[in-house]
Amino acid sequence: MRATWTIATRELNSFFDSLIAYILLVAFLGFSGFFTWLYGNDIFFVGQASLQGFFAIAYWTLFFFIPALTMRLLAEEKKTGTIELLLTKAVTDRQVVMGKFLATLMLVGIALAFSLPYVVTVANIGNLDVGEAICGYVGLLLLSAAYISIGLYASSITSNQIVAFLTALFIGLFFHLLFDVLAGNFTGVAGTVISYLSLSNHFESISRGVVDTRDLIYFFSIIFIGLFLSELSLTKRNLQ
Amino acid sequence: MNINIENLTKRYGPQRAVDGLSFEVRTGEILGFLGPNGAGKSTTMKMITGYLGIGEGQIRVGDKSVAEHGDDLKKYIGYLPENNPLYLDMPVIDYLGFCAALQGVEKSLIPTRIREMVRVCGLNAEKHKKIGELSKGYRQRVGLAQAMIHDPQILILDEPTTGLDPNQIVEIRKLIRQLGKAKTVILSTHILPEVEATCDRILIINKGRIVADGTADNLRQQAAGKEILKVQIQDAKPEDIQQALQRLTNTDYVQLLDAAQSRFEVHSKAGASSKRDIFQLCVQKNWVLSELTPIETRLEDIFRNLTVN
Repeated sequence: MRATWTIATRELNSFFDSLIAYILLVAFLGFSGFFTWLYGNDIFFVGQASLQGFFAIAYWTLFFFIPALTMRLLAEEKKTGTIELLLTKAVTDRQVVMGKFLATLMLVGIALAFSLPYVVTVANIGNLDVGEAICGYVGLLLLSAAYISIGLYASSITSNQIVAFLTALFIGLFFHLLFDVLAGNFTGVAGTVISYLSLSNHFESISRGVVDTRDLIYFFSIIFIGLFLSELSLTKRNLQ
Repeated sequence: MNINIENLTKRYGPQRAVDGLSFEVRTGEILGFLGPNGAGKSTTMKMITGYLGIGEGQIRVGDKSVAEHGDDLKKYIGYLPENNPLYLDMPVIDYLGFCAALQGVEKSLIPTRIREMVRVCGLNAEKHKKIGELSKGYRQRVGLAQAMIHDPQILILDEPTTGLDPNQIVEIRKLIRQLGKAKTVILSTHILPEVEATCDRILIINKGRIVADGTADNLRQQAAGKEILKVQIQDAKPEDIQQALQRLTNTDYVQLLDAAQSRFEVHSKAGASSKRDIFQLCVQKNWVLSELTPIETRLEDIFRNLTVN
């Protein structure tokens, strides 16, 4: 546990040292703030004290930003060779993967925490459904964790950060959009299965305030599979 | 802790990077790993540290097998990889602290260990800089410091003195010798005098196989086989001297190098030495022996003989 935490804090510090963290915070809050408060179907348009608009925007901004955060996690270490130094320390492959996962999740957590003034503002304007807001944030965190684990896997299979970024985006796109679109074209069992795979359905139901075990199982499965595959692809060096 | 390697083999595709390697390194021994590029030195070291999986064969550290207990054994090993990869965006002190924490050094002891390593590796002037701002030599020192931060029982150093200035090389060699008294050290290098200066034992490998194993002196003897002496004797005709030398019991043959200077090369028979006989001969005949130099085979020659084919 201590090793995981040591890796996570180092990784988080390196996000802040390399300005990535600040860029993410500014871009995330800038984008979601702009579309939530100023542009298009903004929060005033709805006529309700609800954060649904913000959650819908964050759903997209996180989808794009998370691969940018995860792309360097393992790919950079592979390229510079530091992965060899890290893995020959008294840590397991799993601790390395978990440490990096936690660091990114903490950074996204910080970004989401900075959006809490939105909640306070909306609560002041009208009668905010606090339960729904909490569920919305839980949904965003689960979605982030799922994309981080996908990004981590993409980063573990290559030493090129751009390849890692695009791979993560490509895999993510299926869950984010394509399964939902495909589900409409299928009927019967295939339709149900593909529809279950779509992340947007699960996110919407959580962010509406309904925390269903099926949704939780869905998110935790993606997280687990992503982390498991990342660990596997690190361990693969032993099997050549 | 001893390291025991039996029949170690590693394949990369059809190529055997390491091919049936067997050797043992004991506590208190410094083993110099020599070999041309691509001989399998780094691969072997990576397998001992648990970074690469073991193809075939067995590596035992202490009484545990690396294949089964690799993760538990890592804390006993300090490793400096080839090319010395480091987190360039981290300050030296933070980096050493990070390594110490990962190696399971107790939290309260970490500052002491960092101070000790900064002193030992001569990092004091640069300790607050980021690693990326350091020169190559200083980065190498940071690499050594991180390998030794947890006072490991086994040190595996892949080319530890590359990029260091001559003063630092002497210091680091001294340090390695000192550490080697109580620890098990394996170091690889291309610098042959370095092996002689630091190592108790030399292992030369080529194409994944051991081609020589022993102390520097042993290797010389094996390679040279026979004693060769350069001799200068005065106060007689060179031909007479040559004949007299030739008659000595231990002499194989004598070559006249320079008649004017009366210099000879005396090749002794295998396993025998003719130094005493030559001296006695000169005393007997009342000649002046003005030079008697054994010709040593240089390690470079041994290395070339064994690895060029």
